[in-house]
Amino acid sequence: MTINEKQDEIIEEFDLFDDQLDKTQYIIDLGKKLPPMPEKYVTDENRIMGCQSKVWLGAEPKDDAIHFYGDAEPTAQISKGLISLLIRVLQDQKPEDIANADLYFIDRVGMGSLVTSRRAGGLAAMVQRMKEHGRQHA
Amino acid sequence: MQSVLAPIDIQRVRQDFPILDQMVNGKQLVYFDNAATNQKPIPVLNALAHYYEHDNANIHRGIHTLAERATQDFEASRQKIKSFLNAEHIEEVIFTYGTTDGINLVAQSYGRKFLNAGDEIIISTLEHHSNIVPWQMLCEERGCVLRIIPIDNNGDLLLDEYEKLLSERTKLVACVHVSNALGTINPIKTIIDMAHRVGAVVLVDGAQASSHIELDVQAMDCDFYVLSAHKLYGPTGMGVLYGKRDILNAMPPYRGGGEMIKEVTFEKTTYNDLPYKFEAGTPNIADVVAVRTALEYMESLGKENIAQHEHELLLYATEQLSDIRGLRIVGQAKEKIGVVSFVLDGIHHQDTGVILDQLGIAVRTGHHCTQPLMSRLGLAGTTRASFAVYNTKDEIDRLVQGVLRVQKMMA
Repeated sequence: MTINEKQDEIIEEFDLFDDQLDKTQYIIDLGKKLPPMPEKYVTDENRIMGCQSKVWLGAEPKDDAIHFYGDAEPTAQISKGLISLLIRVLQDQKPEDIANADLYFIDRVGMGSLVTSRRAGGLAAMVQRMKEHGRQHA
Repeated sequence: MQSVLAPIDIQRVRQDFPILDQMVNGKQLVYFDNAATNQKPIPVLNALAHYYEHDNANIHRGIHTLAERATQDFEASRQKIKSFLNAEHIEEVIFTYGTTDGINLVAQSYGRKFLNAGDEIIISTLEHHSNIVPWQMLCEERGCVLRIIPIDNNGDLLLDEYEKLLSERTKLVACVHVSNALGTINPIKTIIDMAHRVGAVVLVDGAQASSHIELDVQAMDCDFYVLSAHKLYGPTGMGVLYGKRDILNAMPPYRGGGEMIKEVTFEKTTYNDLPYKFEAGTPNIADVVAVRTALEYMESLGKENIAQHEHELLLYATEQLSDIRGLRIVGQAKEKIGVVSFVLDGIHHQDTGVILDQLGIAVRTGHHCTQPLMSRLGLAGTTRASFAVYNTKDEIDRLVQGVLRVQKMMA
């Protein structure tokens, strides 16, 4: 699936919920299911600064694509859920597609402010880091 | 206008704050982020509009009528602030861009002139970054040493430890009047007196105190007092530095430019008198004018009445939130303003803030620009609800329900 096909799939899932709180609950539940990140990726280098919660992102080139690993501190369930969604969309995609991705699904799941607001210590830096990995390997 | 001790009609007060009457994320807004900035009443909004509609002109040097009117309005605000602080002299009131700007002014002007290598500056664990970093910058430049007054687990300063830090090396004490993160009201008069006994000057960060506590800089005997208008129901980008006249006179200008000079030649410039020597450039005229209206508005309600109402909200919120299992209030100082910081077991404060926002409740989450304090408390951050005159017990009930919802969603 392409990045946009995955985004559309996620939007369809979230469209099942009318209420934003239900969408958030879904994100929290996704966060609880995020598999723990392999220890070797939990490093200072992979720590994403600027988020209110502690967040890590690891990446490995795999064939012509990039494979991501991500996690947040145990109590930060919404961050974990968003990491899970970001990884789902960009996982094993081509580096140039990752670098150029327009991640429109973030607004549609009601998390735009959390992901884009640097001031609020959002996950914007996480998205930036994923795209940097894309640019580096493009 | 005189203060009147009478219960405030909060529903009437709320009508003065049109911003409160809105839906956020489909819910009626509850605004509990007042320690960051409080909302502005209609008279302040009108004062800003009136200034730009009728009186806008640059001040002090214009010969025309509008310039004269703008100057009179501007200086009338200085007079109003003099009364608000009970300063002895009008020229002791310096307009700044806010509390941070005022602290930087003192650090850069007083600090660079009077502090030398080995001199000590004392601050407290409760300080906002704005009352830490300017002193660290000064210490780095001048070779001074920064000392820190510790706190107990309730968030009260340990005055015995403060006493031990004071010596003939202490040249300046910079202390917050009220903690933005915990709400602790410091015994500021005692802190000032103790510093004066060793000959140190004292700067008080009054950003959080100014809208809640009756201020009297002469009774306090502080050497500097700094505050921000936007925490006084006034506009952003405007603040005040109070300084004792003799000290301000001895300090060199901080910024160069227009207004702060008497005469300029290419060979030499002579500086203006107080307060203008510290007010280089065109000031924030409209906001200075409007702050007078903000102070009049507070007076019309009565500052004691405001404090009483906020205290009732604090007691109610403390009681209601304390009943929630898994919630711990951070900061239980003997004297507090209307600030309740709390943490929830197993739940990140960011998640708490996101869900409360979706419920229409605006709180602040994070370290509140007090990272050293959070570190002392062993926390990455808290969720903070802070109250103003327009808040109600019903809104606190909404917060309590919101917190329960957060816990349920995270379970």
